[in-house]
Amino acid sequence: MLTLLVLVFPLAAGLVALVVPWRPWVGWVAAGADAVVLALGIALAVTTSRGHVQHSLGGAVRADALSAFMVLVIGAITTLAAIQSVRYLRIEREAGRCTDRHASLYAVLVQVFVTCMLGAVLAANLGVLWVAVEATTIATTFLVGHRRTDGALEASWKYVVLCSVGIALAFLGTVLVYFAAIHPGGGPSVAHGVGTLNWTSLMAIAKHLDPNVMRLAMALLVLGYGTKVGLAPMHSWLPDAHSQAPAPVSALMSGVLLTVAFYALLRFKAIADAALGPAFPRTLLVVVGLASLLAAASLLIAQRDYKRMLAYSSIEHMGLLALGAAAGSTLAIAAVLLHILGHGLTKAVLFLTSGEIHQAEHTSEIATVGSLLARRPALGGIFGVGILAIVGFPPFSLFISEFTMFRAEADAGLWWVVVVALGCLCVIFAAMAGHSRRLLLGDPDDGTVAVATPRSVVAPLVTALVACAVIGVVAWPLQSLLHAAARVVAP
Amino acid sequence: MTLYLEVLEIAAGAVLVCAVVTLWRRDVRAIVTILAVQGVCLGIVAGDLAIHQRDLALGATALLVLAAKGLVVPLLLRRVLRKDPRSRETTPLVNIPASLVAAAALIVLSYVVSSKIIALDPSPATRLVPLGVATVLVGYFLLVTRQRTVSQIVGLLVVDNGIALVTFLVTSGVPLIVELGASLDVLLVVVVLQVLATSLGSRFGSFELDELTELHD
Repeated sequence: MLTLLVLVFPLAAGLVALVVPWRPWVGWVAAGADAVVLALGIALAVTTSRGHVQHSLGGAVRADALSAFMVLVIGAITTLAAIQSVRYLRIEREAGRCTDRHASLYAVLVQVFVTCMLGAVLAANLGVLWVAVEATTIATTFLVGHRRTDGALEASWKYVVLCSVGIALAFLGTVLVYFAAIHPGGGPSVAHGVGTLNWTSLMAIAKHLDPNVMRLAMALLVLGYGTKVGLAPMHSWLPDAHSQAPAPVSALMSGVLLTVAFYALLRFKAIADAALGPAFPRTLLVVVGLASLLAAASLLIAQRDYKRMLAYSSIEHMGLLALGAAAGSTLAIAAVLLHILGHGLTKAVLFLTSGEIHQAEHTSEIATVGSLLARRPALGGIFGVGILAIVGFPPFSLFISEFTMFRAEADAGLWWVVVVALGCLCVIFAAMAGHSRRLLLGDPDDGTVAVATPRSVVAPLVTALVACAVIGVVAWPLQSLLHAAARVVAP
Repeated sequence: MTLYLEVLEIAAGAVLVCAVVTLWRRDVRAIVTILAVQGVCLGIVAGDLAIHQRDLALGATALLVLAAKGLVVPLLLRRVLRKDPRSRETTPLVNIPASLVAAAALIVLSYVVSSKIIALDPSPATRLVPLGVATVLVGYFLLVTRQRTVSQIVGLLVVDNGIALVTFLVTSGVPLIVELGASLDVLLVVVVLQVLATSLGSRFGSFELDELTELHD
């Protein structure tokens, strides 16, 4: 019942936006629905972290601790983005860049997008999971192109073509898993039907799946879902889409969409681990993880655009997640999940702030903005603190999750990976610190007065950063949930 | 039994032949027609398997494939071509003889890749899997060497048809609910791409995707 409500609320808000002409209250209804998702996520987390599994719709919708954790993350970040969306659309409409019809379209598509993500993490069937992830691509295409500039159209074309061909490989991988499941070697024979691709039935026969076919399947799944996660070398759509999309959409894409695709990889990795042993999935994840870190580090150095800088930072963090998943112990997966939450919150705050900066300064060039801290102290302050959080300063939770992932990697014998990753992190830290310094510091022109930012903008962003810091200091409210969720895919 | 196999072999082979022909033709209108033929062949593969296995769900899938890939998708692509007549001729990055040689190499590669799949279940249908894998690879080749919006959509659809062929041959189709969802997704992607292609066309005039250079580092 709880699981069904999670899907119903955002969809209902989308329906409201579809039938009612755009008014700000429609946006607030959406934000309210997303806040309900967050509350339901907490309720789900409480029940599932004790080991209960929630079902509805005859078992098609299923929530274990891992799903509940993802619902929690999606709820938190969509609420943040929905609040900011109301203001984003108001400013765009006042500037004459957006009609009422486009505002309605935006509101509807965002809610469809959120529902698809929730559907992906709540699907019992891994085939349905694929359908939902592909549906997120469709829902977000017009959101990426929502500003209808040349750049936005170009970005949405690249986005939909690259992600569709990428995710097609994941479908082929899923089909091969299904093929292996209906021809188990030496195990119990399995019926040909809907249930075969269910998570529980696949895990039950995972040990008997044919290793040769599973190797091929896992490689296709890592390439396919990896495209959607934004892992190098399949990442080239990501900086374009994230920099061209409206800021609240970038926040949603970077904060949750990437990690929803990563969630799919975590599930399949658990199956592959059982069928093949950990070595093969680990090699794949180490390769794409390190490639992502190297790509992010090399492209961040000379970055001139602050939204693209944030996009490359997302590629970096997805690489870190892949390395954490490669380590594969329960501790490592718990850290990966904490990192998903911490990165999601922080990156959402950074993208939302960057949207405010862009709407105020009309440029995304770092050098053209400059001296932001003196001119817009609140925005500059939040951006600066967000950057500190994202590069891994304590007390923010990214520090503890990165540290734990590295420790788990070292425990798994991946010493050299830790060394290379830390080297990349140093380069990334130096690059991001330098760019942020040019964006934030410096003397403003004479006679400029500091512009205050409305409290309604500052409050949610500060709340999110404080939450991230609190989780970093005291992980106790999440500890049992993280442990239970990690046990789902790393027993 | 033999009729079943003959139809299966001919239809599956035709799917790959259609993929290779899309590499060979320059006229995008002709390519869209070939895509429709490929969709019909795919529907025949599914229908043949459905009759052989007396599988009602698979029969429904076959009809779905025939309607979506044989009819709806080609019609959508024709609409783009009608709105932007200049997009009809394509100039590949790799010339056509070289493309055909590459296709031959990809077909050999697909036999190597598929050997593990065939080893698990050496049934007559599974033995045809290399045809599907080769279609996927040819589709990717088409996608990276063609620069018109419509040719890229065609590449995407050839990849998708190849994957559908593999799916039918190795598993006689994934569960109907997944198949329905996946087909709906593909249709929607084509609709989305059609809208985007039209607005790109009206904004940039007749153009090659190469000219999209606004975004770079």
